[in-house]
Amino acid sequence: MKAAPFEYSRPSSVAEACELLTRDEDARIIAGGQTLVPMMAMRLARPTRLVDIARIPELAFIRDDSDAIVVGGATRQAALERHASLAARLPLLARALPWVGHAATRNRGTVGGSIANADPAAEIPLVLVTLDGSIRARSTRDDKVIAADDLFEGPMATALALDACLTEVRFPTWSHARMGSAFQEISARHGDFAYVSAAAQVALDGDGKCVACAIGVGGATAAPTRLKAASAALLGGRLDDAATREAIAAEIAALDIMIDPHASPAYRRRVAVTLAHRVVIAAHDEALSRTPA
Amino acid sequence: MNAPSKFRYISTDRRVREDRRFVVGKGRYIADLAAEGMLHVALVASQHAAANIKSIDASKALAMPGVHAVIDGAELAAASEPLMNGLDTPNVRRHPLAVGATRYMGEWVAAVVADTRALAEDAAELVEVEYEALPFVIDAEEAYTPASTPVHPAHGSNVLLDRVFNWGDIDEHFAASERQLSLRVTWGRNSTVPIETFGVLAQWDPWGQVLDVRASIQMPKYADQIARALRLPMNGVRVHYDVDVGGSYGVKRGIKHSVLVGYLARKLGRPVRLIEDRLENMRSGDAHGPERIFDIDVAFNSDGVINSMKMRALDNAGAYAGRAPFQLGKPIGAIVGPYRIKSVRYHAVSVTTNKAVEEAVRGFGQSPTNYAIETMVDRVAEAVGLDKVEVRRRNLIRKEEFPYLIPSGTRYDSGDYHAVIDKTLAHVGWRELVAERDALRARGLLAGIGIAACLEPSGGNSSFEPLLNPKNTTTTWMESCRLNVDALGTVNVAIHTTSSGQGHETLVATAVGEALEIDPDKIRVTRPDSLSSLPGNSPVGSRMAIMLGGAAFHAAQKLKAKIVAIAARRLGCAPEAAVYREGAVFHGDREVSWDDIVTIAHRHFHELPEGAEPGLESTYIMQTPTGLELPTADGRVQMYPCHSFEFHVVLVVIDPDLGKPELRRYVIGHDCGTVINPHIVKGMTLGGIAHGIGATLLEEFVYDAEGQMMSQSFMDYLMPSAHEVPRVEIVHHCTPSPLTVFGQKGSGESGYLGAPAAVSGAINDATRPLGVRFNKLPIRVGALADAVADAREQRKDSAP
Amino acid sequence: MKVSLTVNGETREIDAEPRLTLLDALRDHLRLTGCHTGCEHGVCGACTVLIDGAPARACLLFAVQADGLEITTIEGLAPAPGELSLVQDAFCETHAMQCGYCTPGMVLTAHALLRDNPAPTRDAIVDAISGNICRCTGYGQIVEAIELAARRLAGSNAPAKGDAA
Ligand code: FES
Ligand code: FES
Repeated sequence: MKAAPFEYSRPSSVAEACELLTRDEDARIIAGGQTLVPMMAMRLARPTRLVDIARIPELAFIRDDSDAIVVGGATRQAALERHASLAARLPLLARALPWVGHAATRNRGTVGGSIANADPAAEIPLVLVTLDGSIRARSTRDDKVIAADDLFEGPMATALALDACLTEVRFPTWSHARMGSAFQEISARHGDFAYVSAAAQVALDGDGKCVACAIGVGGATAAPTRLKAASAALLGGRLDDAATREAIAAEIAALDIMIDPHASPAYRRRVAVTLAHRVVIAAHDEALSRTPA
Repeated sequence: MNAPSKFRYISTDRRVREDRRFVVGKGRYIADLAAEGMLHVALVASQHAAANIKSIDASKALAMPGVHAVIDGAELAAASEPLMNGLDTPNVRRHPLAVGATRYMGEWVAAVVADTRALAEDAAELVEVEYEALPFVIDAEEAYTPASTPVHPAHGSNVLLDRVFNWGDIDEHFAASERQLSLRVTWGRNSTVPIETFGVLAQWDPWGQVLDVRASIQMPKYADQIARALRLPMNGVRVHYDVDVGGSYGVKRGIKHSVLVGYLARKLGRPVRLIEDRLENMRSGDAHGPERIFDIDVAFNSDGVINSMKMRALDNAGAYAGRAPFQLGKPIGAIVGPYRIKSVRYHAVSVTTNKAVEEAVRGFGQSPTNYAIETMVDRVAEAVGLDKVEVRRRNLIRKEEFPYLIPSGTRYDSGDYHAVIDKTLAHVGWRELVAERDALRARGLLAGIGIAACLEPSGGNSSFEPLLNPKNTTTTWMESCRLNVDALGTVNVAIHTTSSGQGHETLVATAVGEALEIDPDKIRVTRPDSLSSLPGNSPVGSRMAIMLGGAAFHAAQKLKAKIVAIAARRLGCAPEAAVYREGAVFHGDREVSWDDIVTIAHRHFHELPEGAEPGLESTYIMQTPTGLELPTADGRVQMYPCHSFEFHVVLVVIDPDLGKPELRRYVIGHDCGTVINPHIVKGMTLGGIAHGIGATLLEEFVYDAEGQMMSQSFMDYLMPSAHEVPRVEIVHHCTPSPLTVFGQKGSGESGYLGAPAAVSGAINDATRPLGVRFNKLPIRVGALADAVADAREQRKDSAP
Repeated sequence: MKVSLTVNGETREIDAEPRLTLLDALRDHLRLTGCHTGCEHGVCGACTVLIDGAPARACLLFAVQADGLEITTIEGLAPAPGELSLVQDAFCETHAMQCGYCTPGMVLTAHALLRDNPAPTRDAIVDAISGNICRCTGYGQIVEAIELAARRLAGSNAPAKGDAA
């Protein structure tokens, strides 16, 4: 199980990386390599050139903006996991990260790599979609922002051009005093890609009414899905009633569920409802336990 | 332990000596061994379930720099004999590389030899094979029908073995029983899947005419088989046993790999190494385990007493025969489990299909059989409305009935099953456990308790061979050991096998230390190569504690007799009057020390007793304690001599919406007689349970309807991680075997033999209130949840 | 191409194709064979090494990517020839292995865990080793070894009290 031969470059800037990608359409970016290398070992991927962006300084950073945490594309998952303000500002991501592979893969795997790979069951893309984040992609042609909604197109498929480099990822943060979040997933083994995963972040007012709500499900559909209708429907409500589950179930009932050998579509649909509901309840309970501003 | 130990070193808390080299990364595994000028092999694999090979064009591959050879099946078959079959099925021919046709996806069609493995893989991609796809058969039931496409047309059908054994008055017992029931359970295709794949390195010495073979092997008669296949004299094959094997649990039997590499090494005059990569290992390593359908009819009384059983076991052997059918034979030695079932009809069927080849797996067919028997007993309990522990108690063989002769001809050596169960349940707190389950149920969860009472036949002989193949009249199944006390008085022990984690060096040092009453840590254990070795049969059939431990002990006893004779001469007494103690020999208050004895043996011929050879050396070749006779005409035979017992108790909790079983509590009561090293036995048991959990919940080699294998990598073949294996509590009991030197029995398969039955029983107990039953392993999360959801849906529908 | 690898504190240069994994570079070029090949696709953990102190899979990194990084292999743990690190000794004490094939990866993972978290809970231990598959032991004695090592580590840091260490 040895990779087919390829060339290797380690550019020192994004501009140089983009140059290399433009010159050779079968060149691929490698950062952490935790998904690409197994594919190459099995010769299911055969890039002619690897463009190693892991050590480009401008791609490895974590920045606390006022309304977001912005992460460089080649930032290691483990570095983000250890980021001091993560638990307070992006609790949903803080909860999701331990589910990403295993410690040893998070030590090498990058935030941008997980997003660009776009596995339907991957945790980081789900959080990005749920929180309505975005990425920035640069190529020799342009430098643009792509909203998470427009980014994920299907299993292992994104709107990212093949010659583009994902330079940063923007996870919006909320400033509500009464905020709660929850992340759950089910897989055959802990650390495997999930059959279904669910993420929720909610904010309540002093009265316990929902003032902000973001719910997403992964694994069930070809790309992570934000439950927009349910989230909207729950605004102004109390979240702890039957209506919550109904709103979630109604939206999931209309989704196109993925078909693969690991779990039946019926399972994925049912469990998506169950987990989405559970994370909303858990997020709600957490928010409720917080004192209003 | 239930009795104060009479041993000095046996059963004491001593470290395992092998561990020291492993923790520092100094194990010596096959992939660590490199020879000067070594070449590497990669395989060209068929992508068809079945196909004729129309042509093979290797010209592009051969044109690549660094490529030394590409050989195909025709070339190899012309230069070698077909690989050995267990049964008398001469027309099921197996060669390392396919000859003319391929019979399963992944089968090797050609071998490429190059300077590096990466180059060999590059070249393998350039070998052009033209195939003509053929009809194929994947399902065992279908393969058993006469109309199915034979995998080996020359054999005439897919049936390798189809034999009905009748032991006892089955019909009478069925007629006299108050109740009967039938069930079918299916054991999925999985295997032991060691983390080290199989590897072999061969080197031919044309002047010495010797083939040196190093391999990660665990296999009886390995050197013999290579010699036969390559038409070499057996003393022209030198297998090196000083190779650490990175796990096996039965499957490391790369005979086809070894014959191929041996041939290549001779042909090319260079050392050649083949290390399977994980894909080759999974799809074509010839290392899948049994895949078996059991149909059982059982006759019992309303009090739960089981009288008779009819079992049909249909095994899917894959594309070639090998030793797979014997895995239907070995369980005959414990076909009634630990129970007093009076008569048995056993219908053993083995068929070929277009799947990868089945090889020996931990327990050699016993674990699937135990799963079938234990599921049956659960059903009987359910049918008569009795507690399943109680039903087992009523059927278990009682302590005073040993040695106990079962209908199929094996005599169980010893046991106290009731005591083990009582002890285990007392430890568990059975009533509390039931209360805990019920409390979980009251909270809306699915919760269930599973139990399994199982045997581990051990001390392996090969009685299943003559039983299933009348042309095979082998009753000898020995193991051996050599001891030498050197000129400076240190003790050296030679063993004649590789090890794959069983701690054999610790085992023999402990046994010899015990016998000679000297510190085992002072004993050196070595592994000569096969040309310098005494005969043996390798660590299979849970036999080494009994057979290697026994051989070592006997060799030490022989040595002691020599020592005593030497000392007695100096002491001027008869040997019978001299007493051996801790290396010295005493007569009254006079003593001859160890050093003196060594001096006499090595340097004072003039002091040696008459007729004694100089030096201090002894060898012992030990035959298995039982299984010395050929089978009777009606198919009764003494299988393995010793029978360890294990009793599992598991509490499973399942979130009904998600379907993922959580093993909340796991307790095993274990009686393997006298334990030689407690750490080793504990490790085997825990490892076996983990493996059994995998077989029950996660692991399967899945083939689709086209015969394509869907689980070729560790991304699809899921083995338990630390998260999936609960903490296991072990309750010890010791019923010594009367047949072994220390009272020891085997433990190499422990845990695995009952875990699948217990875990599946727990899940079935959990879903029983919903009327849902799982009769097929593995029980996967999605399928479990779907069945639960359907049942709940139906309840809702049928509710008024 | 030339790659310079810093392994166990020593820097060595090798000539490697880009496709050579760090695993194969360590094993075949530097003859550090304690790093084992299990799956070559990032699942089993047999190839675990420490990179800048953190566990990583050597099969998922090409050697060219690793130049300049601090790599620790199992060969770099024992304090001196014939001696064992505290973790290695604990693994021997509880017999936390059988065939020894997963063991270097487990020992390195345990070292990294105990460095970051000297008093891990059982759950933390289980989680830390869950990326390393052991087919032999069922993990029980591995968890016990790490617990034992943590206890001894705590003891060795305690203020000197006679010869209690
Ligand atoms: S060999 Fe690297 S994870 Fe298996
Ligand atoms: S000790 Fe053999 S795989 Fe862990």
